Amino acid sequence: MKQIAIVSGKGGTGKTSVSSAFASLSTNKIIVDCDVDAADLFLTMQPTVLETFEYEGGKKALINPEICTNCGICEDLCRFDAIHLVDGQTTVSEFSCDGCRLCVIACPVQAIQMLENLDSRWYISETRFGPMVHAKLGIGEDNSGKLVTQIRDRARKMAKEKDLDLVLIDGPPGIGCPVISTLTGIDIALMVTEPTLSGLHDLNRLIKLAKGFKLKSFVLINKFDLNIAMSSQIEAHCESENIEVLAKIPFNRDFVDAMVNQQTVLEYSPNSELSNQFREIWKRIALEFK
Amino acid sequence: MLKYKIAVASGKGGTGKTTVSVNLFYTLQKILNQKIQLVDCDVEEPNIHLFTKGILESTQDVIIKIPVIDKDKCVYCGDCAAACAYNAILFVKSISHIAVLEDLCHGCGACSYVCNQPDVIIEKNKKLGVVNSFVLPNGGELIEGKIEIGTALAVPVIGKTLKATDENSLRIIDAPPGTSCPVMETIKEADFIILVTEPTPFGLNDLKLMIGTIRKLGRKFGVVINRAGLGDGAIYEYLQNENIELLMEISFDKNLARIYSEGKIIVEEIPEMFEKYTLLFEKIKINLNEADSDC
Repeated sequence: MKQIAIVSGKGGTGKTSVSSAFASLSTNKIIVDCDVDAADLFLTMQPTVLETFEYEGGKKALINPEICTNCGICEDLCRFDAIHLVDGQTTVSEFSCDGCRLCVIACPVQAIQMLENLDSRWYISETRFGPMVHAKLGIGEDNSGKLVTQIRDRARKMAKEKDLDLVLIDGPPGIGCPVISTLTGIDIALMVTEPTLSGLHDLNRLIKLAKGFKLKSFVLINKFDLNIAMSSQIEAHCESENIEVLAKIPFNRDFVDAMVNQQTVLEYSPNSELSNQFREIWKRIALEFK
Repeated sequence: MLKYKIAVASGKGGTGKTTVSVNLFYTLQKILNQKIQLVDCDVEEPNIHLFTKGILESTQDVIIKIPVIDKDKCVYCGDCAAACAYNAILFVKSISHIAVLEDLCHGCGACSYVCNQPDVIIEKNKKLGVVNSFVLPNGGELIEGKIEIGTALAVPVIGKTLKATDENSLRIIDAPPGTSCPVMETIKEADFIILVTEPTPFGLNDLKLMIGTIRKLGRKFGVVINRAGLGDGAIYEYLQNENIELLMEISFDKNLARIYSEGKIIVEEIPEMFEKYTLLFEKIKINLNEADSDC
């Protein structure tokens, strides 16, 4: 079984559209949406949810004002600047609390407890392309890396049980916590970029991050014709990094129109140049599975 | 002197946050005679410096304190491992094994707090990233946060970046994409939030998530639609039904995309766009003045 993740340093380069196209082309796989912050793959996959799970993610400290003596010990100890005196009462800021529990441990009168935030959910679903695991992170919640790890673990387990060949992962943008959780233990990272200064800069940081993992990297330049000179620069950069540029895809409205129709590009315009290009790209990637 | 804190955010990546931040900044730098700071809180992938091309004036490291356990003095009680909420201390009592997993450590200090043996846990600095201050050719300033590659902790770097800004200036803050903790850290104290989106199903879905976040925070906000003309009309219907102000629309235009791709400033190339951004700021001011009269 192989695991491939579609990633990009910069957001909005087309990860989810590319992932959707691969969902159309690949067989005997499970699909995972690891962009739990802003999950969009369900819009093209239209999954039917079979099972829903609560994600016990970020726990936050809560001070009981009835017991609290406002001694200030927790405020002094908190390294996340999350505890302050507000209107005469020592209070935890929900959005700054990192959930470390130090305040709970240190409170001399046991006025603080950890409260589980159960806004986040994850799902096992069925789609027209096979099973899918996806999630919805609660509003403003942290630990998205932990949620990514959790849904990937389940997908891998399901792939083994069902004897599937492939785990197809739509990844998050950036190079931080959820991306690190996405890249850990995969076989192939397909980096989708665009021919802009920002695209090149962000790709470069992602390539550096990926070097720390044992995986094979490929690059795909989307909308390459918006700036051909910049595309060449990205190609040259990839060559110097010894990374194969799989394809350069021209700007194409079919991406957006397919999305509007809740379809993959392969479904929306199966005979287009774009779809043929994706078939070639997938053929090349599939060579790595042998 | 205006001291607004205007954050620019979007659930979906690549909708044009940085474009809007940078162009609003260049517009205000022309029409306001006061100190303005541009703040890049997209610390995983900070890009504003590619457009502004300033001179780096100072760099400040963002560090946390992580534990170092003296294995000779340790009595292997396991209290520190039990206190760690991040599973960052690997402890096996049967073979007297203890190790700090530095990548998992958030530097909270719980382990050294609970350790009851003298000098067993000491702390060392771990660098998470930097805060860079640039002086820009147009007279403004750029404060940029940037994580070290391989660091999973973005929030402390964002916090330090915001702390490094000048409260007596007007600040335009570029947020990271998404809706989770790094975004909240960036926008939680903003006076006004500009949400940049595109009229596609992905754009709309992520906008809705983002508006949920902002409403929870109780912040004032409005929406900018970028690449108008692509996609469908569902977003306009949504804004109307929810009574959300559409602050500005930028049409999809390959010429604009090209100017952006080269790292150029659109309001300096196209006068019409300068007028658009001037109007955008007028609308934000009206929103913020309404807030004042409420107080």
